[in-house]
Amino acid sequence: MPNQPEHPAEPVKRPARPLAPLPISINGKPYFHDGDPAMPLLWFLRDILRLTGTKYGCGIGACGACTVLIDGKAVRSCVTPMQAAANHKITTIEGLETNALHPVQQAWIEEDVAQCGYCQAGQIMAAVDLLQRKPKPNDDDIATIGNFCRCGTYPRIRRAIARAAELMRSQDK
Amino acid sequence: MSADAITTVNAGRRRFLAISLTASGALLVGMRWAHAEPAAANLPPDLLGDELTELGPFLRIERDNRIVIGARGCEIGQGVMTSLPMLIAEELDVDWSQVRVVQLPYGYVETDKGPSNRYGDQGAGGSTSITDGWKELRQAGATARWLLVQAASRDWNLPAEQLRTESGQVIAPDGRKLTYGALARSATSIAPPEQPVALKSPEQFRIIGKPTRVADARAIVTGRSHFGIDEYAADALVAVIARCPYLDGTLDSFDDAETRKVAGVKDVIAIPGPKPDEPLGGVLAAGVAVLADSTWAALKGRELLKVKWKQGPWAKESTNALAAVANDLLDKNEGGVAVRNDGDFAKARKQARQVIEARYEMPFLAHATMEPPAALIEIRQDSVLLVASLQSPDGASELISQLTGIARKDIEIRMTRAGGGFGRRLKNDYVAEAVLVAKAAGKPVKLMWTREDDLQHDFYRPFGVHAMAATLDRKKHITGWSHRCAATPRNYRDAGMKSRPIYTGCLEPDDFPAGLVANLDKTFFSVASGMPRGWWRAPIHTFHAFAVQSFIDEVAVATRQDAVKLRLDLLGEPRKIPYKGHGGPTFDTGRLADVLKRCAEKIGWGARRTDGHGIGIACHFTFGGYAAHAFEVSIDGSDLRIHRAVCVADVGRVVNPLGLEAQMIGGTIDAVSAALHLAITVKDGQVQQHNFPDYPLLRMAQAPRNVEVQIVESTAEPSGAGEIGVPSAAPALANAVYAATTVRVRKLPLMPELMRML
Repeated sequence: MPNQPEHPAEPVKRPARPLAPLPISINGKPYFHDGDPAMPLLWFLRDILRLTGTKYGCGIGACGACTVLIDGKAVRSCVTPMQAAANHKITTIEGLETNALHPVQQAWIEEDVAQCGYCQAGQIMAAVDLLQRKPKPNDDDIATIGNFCRCGTYPRIRRAIARAAELMRSQDK
Repeated sequence: MSADAITTVNAGRRRFLAISLTASGALLVGMRWAHAEPAAANLPPDLLGDELTELGPFLRIERDNRIVIGARGCEIGQGVMTSLPMLIAEELDVDWSQVRVVQLPYGYVETDKGPSNRYGDQGAGGSTSITDGWKELRQAGATARWLLVQAASRDWNLPAEQLRTESGQVIAPDGRKLTYGALARSATSIAPPEQPVALKSPEQFRIIGKPTRVADARAIVTGRSHFGIDEYAADALVAVIARCPYLDGTLDSFDDAETRKVAGVKDVIAIPGPKPDEPLGGVLAAGVAVLADSTWAALKGRELLKVKWKQGPWAKESTNALAAVANDLLDKNEGGVAVRNDGDFAKARKQARQVIEARYEMPFLAHATMEPPAALIEIRQDSVLLVASLQSPDGASELISQLTGIARKDIEIRMTRAGGGFGRRLKNDYVAEAVLVAKAAGKPVKLMWTREDDLQHDFYRPFGVHAMAATLDRKKHITGWSHRCAATPRNYRDAGMKSRPIYTGCLEPDDFPAGLVANLDKTFFSVASGMPRGWWRAPIHTFHAFAVQSFIDEVAVATRQDAVKLRLDLLGEPRKIPYKGHGGPTFDTGRLADVLKRCAEKIGWGARRTDGHGIGIACHFTFGGYAAHAFEVSIDGSDLRIHRAVCVADVGRVVNPLGLEAQMIGGTIDAVSAALHLAITVKDGQVQQHNFPDYPLLRMAQAPRNVEVQIVESTAEPSGAGEIGVPSAAPALANAVYAATTVRVRKLPLMPELMRML
């Protein structure tokens, strides 16, 4: 049985140029961007750093597939130019897991949310942001997450967020 | 697996395999059983253990008894990366917790008998993965188990019949145990069985039928899952294409001076479009490709292109005009193609006590997969590598071979998880574009589509108008049924459909209520259009079930009959009636009646409502499966509130209940999404929608909070489930809207039409 590579190709060895003008912290690591300051953060993450967990879906901030956390808040990276992201702390789906899975990730597995899986990183980042603001979200709070899922996983997303809220509360105790 | 390893298979084994081919049929074509190799030095040891052994094409057994199962299908969200390995694991008799699943690449091989695939059918379409896998993959697992038992039998010098297996171990009558990991190497020296080995009886199942989570969920939730669009190669240029916005238009001229000034832009290449009326087997439109060292540079460069297009033959096409033509054809009732005629509908009409008529209009729909089309391709001297999200790797392989002249055996295709399919990826136009651009550039290319590209250039679900008529006698029995459809045929510039009737993909001859009404007339009228058309999830069935299941509701209302009872009366006694379409050869009226009755019961059908809520119901047979939907809705100003959504499905024996429930929830919401808001329209020969604001998929706030799914327990042969969750949802919703408002919506999308009518 042939092996298919399970990870994207190695990152390009040119992201960090120490003297470049735009410093940015991504998943706790410092980088500098010396290209077009108008380039959206999404393409820096994907094309330069090869952090491909953050997805392209529309390019206009409508679908939410590209959602990342900037200083802890959910933001659409496809409409966030590098000059706006500079000097901020970015967390992507790859940076969510620290020693163990984040409770939202854990809940996503337990509730078997994913179908095609493409939008799920964005959904998870939006849920992390929501739960930081509203540790006990009600149905309407959950429905403020406006990310598209073409597979229609919304009912299980609702259940996963409720479960994640419980996991997070039990961890805090 | 290295090429060297393949050549080490000895001649004796080959002769034996040839015998086993004739004995056990297609399953073993191209399969290599029983091959051992030391752990490849370049792979991390913790991944593979200290030794691995392959038993057949799907299975790798590690020394420490971890089992790696290859998933052969295109995973587009329908769950085959979990359900297909479950079939193998069941017959192999291992614990699911021992199993790790890996995606297999495309397995094209050339044999003495011609082209084949070492893994069987890998495509995704028509809800066939489970049906095919049910036979082939269980046999693959059972054959590997058989080899392991034979190996233990030889080791212990005990008859194989006395040995049993459990949790990846062979167990002797005296309690001695050997793990598969310990036996695997020895098993490779055993000749495969000449006959198919016996499979488990359903009472013995320990994996099939158990709720099982997505096998690679951890990779998905950590962002490590790898979709086609996530593939990069160090020396590949990113390409985006400015495509002609006019249907079958052509490139007149372009000025790329500003484009070439963008830092990172490397090349600009014109791509010729298809000739009008030639099959759309390659690229979909003429275009100008911009190649750059990053996606952003390519996009910026494309924006600065100055392109002049020639409008082509369809410059005046518009949706309004198509609707007018369709209605005119139906009014004149001339030039139609007979789809099915039973009895004498015209006579039934003359003799009828009552005739009820209505027309329904269905829009073009785009697929809008969350992952837009993309492809990474590297064309070398005499080989090709493609990495892409696909539904038809066979089609991709053929197309690349045609366009490059390189033999199919030298085309490597790595399959990835696909960010949705819904039929879009049955077309490989994006692969063709990547090949043409890479050939012209002489470099590997990563082709990217934006959402605008995707909505503007798709193979849309056909547009059409359905004219329905029912005749009734004095006892309100339906004596005649007429279904005339005027549509832009799905069978359009598609070489693969050349020999099939023009109505294929728009009107199914044997669908409900065919065979249940004495006088039946089904006729198809072609509406000429330049819009490319393709398969859209449960294709034909979403297209016409809305008309059939809305109309039966209208007949019930007009004749003051109960809409459930009217359907049940038509279905009559449980029996199997002939069904020639996909999903046949028979259609079981009893199974459809059963899901309808269960659905009615679950939603509380028949209870008098005083709260302004309305309940609607519908049912449909699709690709071997049976489903019914019911909704409870109310209208609040300009909002439609969905209070309850119920879906009952009978797909025969269930492989993964958790996955099946996901498909029914997802299919229902997908159908609601399309029915409420989605339409692709044409004006002046151009598609009018550009991005999600014009094509607003349902968001969580608008979706039903839950879809209550009930699965019918069945011992019937399993059918697929990727599509059956869709067709009956839209008519059930429209019927519920009627029950709540007495406004009958006969044109989709529903919301704009409802707001116009209220």
